[in-house]
Amino acid sequence: MERNKYYRDELPENNPSFEFNRRDFVKLLGGGLFIYFQLGDFLTGIAAEAEQRRSLPTDYNSFLHIGEDGNITCMVGKIEMGQGIITSFPQMIADELDTPIESIKMVMGDTELCPYDMGTWGSMSTRILGPSLLGAVAEARVVLLSLGAEYLKVKPEEVSVENGTVFIKANKEKKVSFGQLTKGKRIEKFMDVKPKPKDFSEYKLRGKSFKHADGVAKVKGEAMYSGDFRMPGMLYAKILRPPSHGATLVSADTSEAEKMDGIVIARDKDLVAILHKDPEKAEAALKKVKAEYKFDEMKVDDKTIFKHLLEFPSEARIVKNTGDVESAKKNAELSFEGEYYNSYVAHSPMEPHTALAYFEGDKIILRASTQTPFGTQDGVARELGMSLDKVRVIPPFLGGGFGGKGAFLQAIEAARLAKASGKPVMLQYTRKEEFFNDTFRPAAVIKITSGVSKAGKISVWDYHEYFAGARGSDTVYDVPDAKTTSHSAKDVHPFGTGAWRAPGNNTNTFARESQIDRMAAKTGTDPLEFRLKNLKDERMIGVLKAVADLFGWKPAKSPSGRGYGIACGFDAGSYVAHIAEVKVDKTTGKVKVVRVACAQEMGYCINPEGATIQMEGCITMGMGYALSEEVLFTGGDIHTGNYDTYQIPQFSWIPEIQTRILDKNEAPQAGGEPGIICMGAVIANAIFDATGARLYQLPMTPARVLEAIGKV
Amino acid sequence: MAENIQFELNGKKVELPLEKGQTLLWALRTNFNLTGTKYGCGEGYCGACTVILDGEAVRSCGITMEDVKGKKVMTIEGLSANGKLHPVQQAFVDHDALQCGFCTPGMIMNAYALLLKNPHLSRAQIIEGMEDNYCRCGAHKRIIEAIESVAGTSKV
Repeated sequence: MERNKYYRDELPENNPSFEFNRRDFVKLLGGGLFIYFQLGDFLTGIAAEAEQRRSLPTDYNSFLHIGEDGNITCMVGKIEMGQGIITSFPQMIADELDTPIESIKMVMGDTELCPYDMGTWGSMSTRILGPSLLGAVAEARVVLLSLGAEYLKVKPEEVSVENGTVFIKANKEKKVSFGQLTKGKRIEKFMDVKPKPKDFSEYKLRGKSFKHADGVAKVKGEAMYSGDFRMPGMLYAKILRPPSHGATLVSADTSEAEKMDGIVIARDKDLVAILHKDPEKAEAALKKVKAEYKFDEMKVDDKTIFKHLLEFPSEARIVKNTGDVESAKKNAELSFEGEYYNSYVAHSPMEPHTALAYFEGDKIILRASTQTPFGTQDGVARELGMSLDKVRVIPPFLGGGFGGKGAFLQAIEAARLAKASGKPVMLQYTRKEEFFNDTFRPAAVIKITSGVSKAGKISVWDYHEYFAGARGSDTVYDVPDAKTTSHSAKDVHPFGTGAWRAPGNNTNTFARESQIDRMAAKTGTDPLEFRLKNLKDERMIGVLKAVADLFGWKPAKSPSGRGYGIACGFDAGSYVAHIAEVKVDKTTGKVKVVRVACAQEMGYCINPEGATIQMEGCITMGMGYALSEEVLFTGGDIHTGNYDTYQIPQFSWIPEIQTRILDKNEAPQAGGEPGIICMGAVIANAIFDATGARLYQLPMTPARVLEAIGKV
Repeated sequence: MAENIQFELNGKKVELPLEKGQTLLWALRTNFNLTGTKYGCGEGYCGACTVILDGEAVRSCGITMEDVKGKKVMTIEGLSANGKLHPVQQAFVDHDALQCGFCTPGMIMNAYALLLKNPHLSRAQIIEGMEDNYCRCGAHKRIIEAIESVAGTSKV
């Protein structure tokens, strides 16, 4: 099949890749113009991050449909979990296509309607999918211009597009709407040429703030999440859970539970569940199940975990090595050793993992809260021994994700139970199950040896990251002799771990920026000046200067007693710098964050209000891992099972938040994650500035703060 | 014979067979299909299930149906009248005071109840009154500002 051609009223039949993704939706959507596009070159960059996921798709990555009513539907494999692409994607499309933003509708993550996507994580929607999306829209514009010229009986160069219509430049009265152009036709366009969208400067909507497109539905309680769907005969499932990770079910006696009315017992190998149309009845019956387990737990707890991590046989990978760190260590004027710790942290989205699974004939449908609908489709197909085309995953709105909903155990379990029982099964994790099954941000250790020259320049940087992940482990500063080593191992953790908002980077930035602060303090240099003196990267310098201006930074040696801390970092293409002001109660160790300023440079910003909201969210959420969030456990037994034992930020915590986005005329970068990476360091550095006490472990609980103050 | 419970739900008289131990949260979600009231933690910590019971904000996950008998319940679905958003809902939209939206109905119902009692809430009172409604996305700043914008106005 030859691509980049129009196919009018004709569907090509012989291309397997097309066969795979030419779905029934073409019929559903009727006539109009279909544009299919793929990520192309952008995929190479993702491949490294994709590791455990399936091989690169040869499939098309998105579709754009311009209907006979002039409405535009964009189908992408991404999902909406509060990050705001349901608002910013239409903004991009409207700008590129010169069409009213109200005419654009997003269909997201449906594995049957939308083309393959690896998942909504890594801040990839705008920076990775975005350029392709714009390219596709640019193509759509060309097609529409061509159709319009034909309709208006002029040459293509004589027409232009505005407000969803094609018009003759010399006579604006002569025009035709997109809807009229596509009426009675089915035009399919396959795009794999290098897209040439407009220059940034030509966009009219980008840089303008738009409110959440889903805001009204959400304030009315009408927005549908996975747990809000209903099916005839649907039963709620309550699963028999082991008391701890590492426990294996030996036997389960369900005879007492079975005596209750309306109970269905579903079993599939080790998976035992009570089903009932009333979730509370199912829960009550579950309590009557007598189960025996055998235990094979890891002998480690939240206190001994760091020793365990350092002693565990790991594989060392050198990420970066410039110069000769060993010689440079000997020549340093001042040397610094630092060991930094980070406990396990939970994702804890307000919506626990949820899935509704039901069969339609031989096909299984899942309404699942997942950041990886296609991964979920793969997983369910594999687990149930079904082919991919018999599994459809439809993710509605997600009540938060933060990386945790990349894992989709709940969907697998719901699918297995639907198959075992033959009933539509709704599985909604309890908060305790959510904590128990969460793939935590890994506990980690960072070891740094660094040195400063007589001139106050960082002369050496030897950085070892143990189990944090390499993202954010860059040296950042201009150091001639620098080495970064990443240590990893399988099965080091007593339970599941995974990506947590800006994975790796929170831990790495905490360690790096704390170490930098110690060097600044020891040399008697203002911490901002010390950073600027040791940086060459203009974009990092830019955000530091901007945040200093925003906050009203006045230079001083630390500890100054003011409680001011500064930190900067880089994540997923964006630069951020933060300044925090804290008050520390020296008798209780309690830290109150009074003010946080954040400057972010993210290429050109599409929706400044949306990006600002993400920065505010990052600052707020980041205070949690900095000050209180810590998973407590003994072996595989998780002690933090609800909000009485796991403290997330609340209203009284909220500091004054100041944000500034440095708009740059370059491709858009990450917005959902960068603003969180500095929160550990910026608060640690502010605590030091207030008290002279240095914290080496996250979270900085009152007990740890008191202990550190005691050492001053 | 199962006993029936009668109560008022969003301005309408309704009745339901009494199921021992059934909570208001799950009665709303399963018997009445009012899914705007969310399950967040099941133990009264997070406030995602907040509804109004006889003028008071309550955690519907901790209220059994026996305690609802003869009372008036209002959920997020009952807040907007004739398709028009309640001023608190409108303020949440105008201030973009949400992200994932899962905690939003509970936040709005709690704010509504606070304003019922005191239409002139100060910022400090808003923070204190909202303290135990949890949001993971970090929309707190805007939620405070949204409530502040309607407090003391003729809108409530």
